[in-house]
Amino acid sequence: MNTIVNITSLPSILLHAAIPLTIILVYALVAIWGERKIAGFIQDRLGPMRVGGFHGWAQSIADLLKLIQKEDIIPTDASRFLFKFAPFMMFAASYAAFAVIPFSSSYIGSNINIGVFYLLAVTSILTLSIIMAGWASNNKWSLLGGMRSAAQMVSYEVPTIATVLTVIVVSGSLNLMTVTEMQSGNDILGFIPNWFIFQNPFLIVAFIIFFISILAESHRVPFDLPESESELVAGYQTEYSGMRWAMFMLAEYADMLLLSLLGAVLFFGGWNSPFGEFLSGPFWSFFWFMLKGLLLVFVMMWIRWTLPRYRVDQLMHICWSILIPLSFINLVLVALWELIF
Amino acid sequence: MITDTDQNIEKKEMVINMGPQHPSTHGVLRLELVLNGEVITNVKPFIGYLHRCFEKYAEEVKDYSKVIPYTDRMDYVSAMNQEHGYVLGMERMLEIEVPERVEYIRVIVAELQRIASHLLGIGAFGLDLGAFTPFLYCFTEREKILDIFEKTSGARLLYNYMAVGGLMRDVHKDFKTETADFVKTFRPKIKELNDLLSYNQIFIDRTAKIGVLPEKVALNYAASGPVLRGSGVKWDLRKDDPYSIYDRFDFDIPVGSGEVGTLGDCWDRYIVRVREMEQSLRIIEQALDGMPDEGDVMEAIPKRIRPNEGELYVRTETPRGELGYYIVSDKSANPFRVKARAPSFVHLSMLPAISNGALIADMVAIVGSIDIVLGEVDR
Repeated sequence: MNTIVNITSLPSILLHAAIPLTIILVYALVAIWGERKIAGFIQDRLGPMRVGGFHGWAQSIADLLKLIQKEDIIPTDASRFLFKFAPFMMFAASYAAFAVIPFSSSYIGSNINIGVFYLLAVTSILTLSIIMAGWASNNKWSLLGGMRSAAQMVSYEVPTIATVLTVIVVSGSLNLMTVTEMQSGNDILGFIPNWFIFQNPFLIVAFIIFFISILAESHRVPFDLPESESELVAGYQTEYSGMRWAMFMLAEYADMLLLSLLGAVLFFGGWNSPFGEFLSGPFWSFFWFMLKGLLLVFVMMWIRWTLPRYRVDQLMHICWSILIPLSFINLVLVALWELIF
Repeated sequence: MITDTDQNIEKKEMVINMGPQHPSTHGVLRLELVLNGEVITNVKPFIGYLHRCFEKYAEEVKDYSKVIPYTDRMDYVSAMNQEHGYVLGMERMLEIEVPERVEYIRVIVAELQRIASHLLGIGAFGLDLGAFTPFLYCFTEREKILDIFEKTSGARLLYNYMAVGGLMRDVHKDFKTETADFVKTFRPKIKELNDLLSYNQIFIDRTAKIGVLPEKVALNYAASGPVLRGSGVKWDLRKDDPYSIYDRFDFDIPVGSGEVGTLGDCWDRYIVRVREMEQSLRIIEQALDGMPDEGDVMEAIPKRIRPNEGELYVRTETPRGELGYYIVSDKSANPFRVKARAPSFVHLSMLPAISNGALIADMVAIVGSIDIVLGEVDR
């Protein structure tokens, strides 16, 4: 199963860089259209219907073309280099993290043995790029959005890491490929897959905490404070337009997928088929993995179009006085469970 | 060393302009916020971006009935209620007896308009707090009311429907059944709204104990309507100073009680509006039962309007509160003076009193909960 490719030559590096990029770009186009359709469905309306004929499938492509044509406006008083650089850095951060995601049983960008650690470290650059964008715009709303997001992401990294740690306690490995392989098979009661979420009752709690934290990490409702449009206009994105703004959107959607896929690896068996050997193999494992990730993305969208948004101090309260203590208690309980059973 | 640098840091408050171009200022309102971090230490509303000289125009139009279209444009969200007040005032001045049928139709459209206006207020309030879907659900319902109005008056927003002494035209022939259908389908929607928004824990967390308006402050600022009732004061002109035929109907006045937080908080003001919609439905049902089927709605419209010299203050309960018209006549064909007492203007003036110490996010909630319409603030 494990096919470690020794990356030595330049073409090989480029190939390994291109595969996740293609997945992200295709996913972003589908997800943006999908989010509109889902929003339309939830809100009793049609959503995009015109572009491309069938249910407006080409809407995101049309939007992309529009954004490419737009003028690239940089405010006079902005810090030019940082202002231009921030969107790309943000996308680079979430893109780089895809390197350690095992997309299929036979493909992982880089099979390093500190995969989870690398992923969490690289995604923390996102915070930096948001502050960079907020500060460099030289706009008060942007600055407020940037400051909020810094506080929010730094805080919510703690419960995310604590819950990831919970899974690591069970798996004993930081390599996401190994973590996935450990969840192969359908041994619980003879038919339930060996996914971590079914292995240990406390891991269900861990997953709930993890899911709430990734909602906050990827700033989705009810924690979309950095860009809360009714308060901060558009938060750190206020001064951005055209392709630079599109890069933010792309990074945001990529981040959503990344964290959902991480959740799929850690709790739902990654690329493992839910039916044991049935429909497994490199292609089907990719299919199952994306399906699991996209299902979590769908839940995020569903939440977005249903709930109001929390206030910034309430957000901090939830994190520091509920999620963090709970996740650490849960970590101890999981460890005890593993020790006893 | 570290404490030394700490003391040397210059602490500055940030002045920030919220509006006139801002997604949640309900039109073109500019708020100058003084912020300490995200905490508001001072707020100053600036108005006048939507000033359209209503009062001056009323003096210049050369005809009392030509003022009516301009009353529509004050509070464009509840145009029927604005007209109602003005025509009532003129009828009192001219001592016109209005036919039964006209009175009933006026009450029905005024109450439908109240529901439409509250739906917009509630939806926009939810939108301010990040709940997008309830906003569109509210709009779907509002649309049904606008359809009824369109069939009746020909317009969807600014109706120019009521006339001094009557109505511009009779209602369309399906008016009764369509309105009754709406009442029937709308009741379950209120429950849906309550499930989705009113009792949502996040919504309660965002609105309870925020922007508390104590009873005394509300009375001192001359607040009225849902804002005053949200603070627990049972004051509704439809009951306390009945006009038109409101004394014939049986309905309750919902008041805030601090169910989920403090009395007079944003949630109380919000829930008063939701419950008022139910009461409006009750009034509509009774009015539909009592409404005469036959009758000329234009029989009492005077050919010329020339009131005797004198002055009059008429007040009615609009969805936003007490709307008063002070009309002065000098026995000529056009009013000498028409002054409108706009509830939104009064409510906006108490913003500084209830929002100090709030966060920016609360500011949005407070502005949304007092439900101002800038057209009426500026006039």
